[in-house]
Amino acid sequence: MADEALKLEGIHKSFGSFVALNDIDLAIRKGEFVCFLGPSGCGKTTLLRVIAGLEQQTRGRVIQDGRDVSALPPAARDYGIVFQSYALFPNLTVAQNIAYGLVNRRKRRAEINARVQELLTLVGLPDAGPKYPAQCSGGQQQRVALARALATSPSLLLLDEPLSALDAKVRERLRGEIRALQKRVGVTTIMVTHDQEEALSMADRVVVMNHGVIEQCGTPAEVYEQPATPFVATFLGRVNVLPGRSLGGGRYRVGACELTLPVDGFAPGTDVRIFVRPEDRYVEGDIAALPNRLSGRISRIDYLGTFCLAEVGCDGIEQPLAVSFSLNQLHDLDVREGGRLDFALRADRVRVFADRAE
Amino acid sequence: MTPPAVVRDAEAPPARGTLIGEWIAARGGLVLLASALFVFLTLPLAMLFVRSFEDRSGAFVGLVNFMRYVQSPALAQSTWNTLTFAALTTAVVVPMAFLFAYAIQRTCIPAKGLWRSIALLPILAPSLLAAISFIYLFGNQGVLKALLPLFGLNTIYGLPGMVLAMTFSTLPHAVMILLASLSLADARLYEAADAMGTTARRCFMTVTLPSAKYGLVSASMVTFTMAVSEFGVPKVIGGNYPVLAIDIYKQVIGQQNFQMGAVVGLVLLVPAVVAFAIDAIVQRRQKALLTARSVPYAPKRVALRDALFLAYVMAISAYMLGVILMAAYGSVVKFWPYNLSLTLDHYRYGFEEAGVEHAYRNSLVMAGLCAVLGAAITFAGAYWVEKTRGADGLRPVIRLQAMLPMAVPGMVLGIGYILFFNNPANPLTVLYGTMAILVASTIVHFYSSSHLTAVTALKQLDGEFESVSASLKVPFYKTFTRVTLPVCLPTVIDIARYYFVNAMTTISAVVFLYSPKTTLAAISILHMDEAGAIGAAAAMATLIVATSAVVTVISLGIEHLILKRTQAWRRTASAR
Repeated sequence: MADEALKLEGIHKSFGSFVALNDIDLAIRKGEFVCFLGPSGCGKTTLLRVIAGLEQQTRGRVIQDGRDVSALPPAARDYGIVFQSYALFPNLTVAQNIAYGLVNRRKRRAEINARVQELLTLVGLPDAGPKYPAQCSGGQQQRVALARALATSPSLLLLDEPLSALDAKVRERLRGEIRALQKRVGVTTIMVTHDQEEALSMADRVVVMNHGVIEQCGTPAEVYEQPATPFVATFLGRVNVLPGRSLGGGRYRVGACELTLPVDGFAPGTDVRIFVRPEDRYVEGDIAALPNRLSGRISRIDYLGTFCLAEVGCDGIEQPLAVSFSLNQLHDLDVREGGRLDFALRADRVRVFADRAE
Repeated sequence: MTPPAVVRDAEAPPARGTLIGEWIAARGGLVLLASALFVFLTLPLAMLFVRSFEDRSGAFVGLVNFMRYVQSPALAQSTWNTLTFAALTTAVVVPMAFLFAYAIQRTCIPAKGLWRSIALLPILAPSLLAAISFIYLFGNQGVLKALLPLFGLNTIYGLPGMVLAMTFSTLPHAVMILLASLSLADARLYEAADAMGTTARRCFMTVTLPSAKYGLVSASMVTFTMAVSEFGVPKVIGGNYPVLAIDIYKQVIGQQNFQMGAVVGLVLLVPAVVAFAIDAIVQRRQKALLTARSVPYAPKRVALRDALFLAYVMAISAYMLGVILMAAYGSVVKFWPYNLSLTLDHYRYGFEEAGVEHAYRNSLVMAGLCAVLGAAITFAGAYWVEKTRGADGLRPVIRLQAMLPMAVPGMVLGIGYILFFNNPANPLTVLYGTMAILVASTIVHFYSSSHLTAVTALKQLDGEFESVSASLKVPFYKTFTRVTLPVCLPTVIDIARYYFVNAMTTISAVVFLYSPKTTLAAISILHMDEAGAIGAAAAMATLIVATSAVVTVISLGIEHLILKRTQAWRRTASAR
């Protein structure tokens, strides 16, 4: 495919008996912003390092721009990288850091200076050139590292948890800045993160990983709204998991209740687990007219700022259910601890998976 | 303001030549280092093993040499003497050093920097210096000889003098280790103990001592090993108290019995290796006592305690200074103790008659070479081992060999060198009797500590510098010269100074390896002492201390300048 920037074929990596990556296949289009998301130890950083050539895969091929780079050392590949620690050279100024890869290419001094200034402006630090890294804030250092990685105009940008060393506020601002910069430069980008909010807000596509395999690969909306596996459903966002049994024809029994969902394919009698997000419910309007109605008593309300989670002990279901309310709804609907609540599940959002031991 | 559009300019990947060059540089450096350590450390030691199973004609005789050794009562006696001497020295030095370190780290005495510097002074001196000073004080013509019977002694020669002199030269090493282990304290533990109403004594036993446990073991093992392998002190003040190091010397130099020398060398290796192994095992069990959340402990004023510790610290400092000044004074006194008028005769005699000028110049050259070459090889070696990629099978081999010298007494290394290099079948025999072999043996002898220092400094650097360089197509050796070396320059100077000072003062390995042309200052002290010219011996010892001190001050000055000039980027980001 012509617009394929990177293709991974059957990447396998083991450290002794530990399998860090298990037959990873992935294709990334030119200009795409892809996030590798997963808990620590899921193999996302290892995969990034395999792409960079910093780690040698046990099996499999890495194909960049149609060129097989599987066996090439890092220096023979074409990418820029930003590490979690930034790895800025402390004894070189910001400008010297950015010029580090340019100086080696026998360019004229004036040409290098112009390029450095262009990059400094690009990352919004036009005056930082003569400073040393230690004199810059964390956020500034991060942007210098980004400029250095982009200086040689690589066709691929690798970001290894680039924001995790920063304060929450700075992190949120830089998310937007990095994404805008990436769109402007148009460089294919892979970012490793364990922060789902970061992944969902920045990426064109999210690759959710666990135990060395790709669980799901899709747009942020796809992985959040249509999780392909129980792991993805529980790892992203908050979810209620209800044990149930298929009755066939899209009908499921949960405790003493019966739900009708647009999900079928389970033989009657199959044990299933039903995944319901706290926001996948109707609480306003004519509830009585809706299917999949539940009612119960609110045992507790967790106040979380912009929204709240009510823990509801539903009639006929042993397990309490978390249901979310906006702050306005909380007041308008008079939701209180100890009060009763009638609500209906949004059947189109609810996911059902066969209950097998993981 | 709109940022300029970034135009992607087509960049050619780096030339194949650069990549191949980098490939060769990474592996070549490792192969070079591994072979150097193999030739200058492992093979000589292996020769020691081989020779100990051969007779004088080179035929394999199995354990005959060992049997003869075990059956010789004189040699068995030296083994026992050596262990007694080492154990006694350790028993004296470690508590002394612990109290000293405790005073510096855990009390509020004034002028801590001064006391610390004084306690570390003996590092600058050859261990012989203390022996000479004690001979001035308590020897046959000693001014304080009359005091000896008060301690139940007839003479200072023998075990008492050896322990006294050895205390002087090992104390700074024990103090350094204990200063480090007592500097790590979590104030929260002391606050918790305080909040529960714990008595000071119980707090010391349950909080302070356990946290210093590993330091105490380490200090004990270092002191013990140093004493076991010491040659100069027993030679000068040992009298009729033979120890293993003296036996080796007698076998090899006196009787030219290399096989028996090798056997005694192996015997000497045993306690040193056991001490090294105990230390290594204990250190491995040490978990991080301090977490990132620990709160550093700051001692509070306690008037009586501080006064007592100040008195103690001053007493130790007086002892250290007293020993050095005694030698210095002795070197300018006309005829101790009968004619105390001042003179430079001993220096003049040494330089004009005893060939000391030659030896002193040799020592300067040797120490200078060790400093420059040693620091370069050690630091580059540590960098290649820790930071390059490829040839991963070599790394553990190099690491193991780099730690080996720590467990090998200098005397043992010296015999290994004779056996290996003074062998007609070995093409490297051209090195025998040259300055090169002195430099090589000294660098190898002091390699372990230097290597560890370099590794520690390198590990403090961001581990991804080389990865970033690779992604920017800059070969690692450019990053080494442009970033790593400038950042670590103070450490490199530390290592160079360590080599210089040790090369000035060392005797143990080189005593087997010098030739008339390459005799060294520290060795000439031995000769002058043997010739009865104790004034000249003291003069030479004083000269060595003065030289080491001057070089130390100069190198510290250079480091200070570097740190001052580079402080703009040395400040950590968090201190912003």
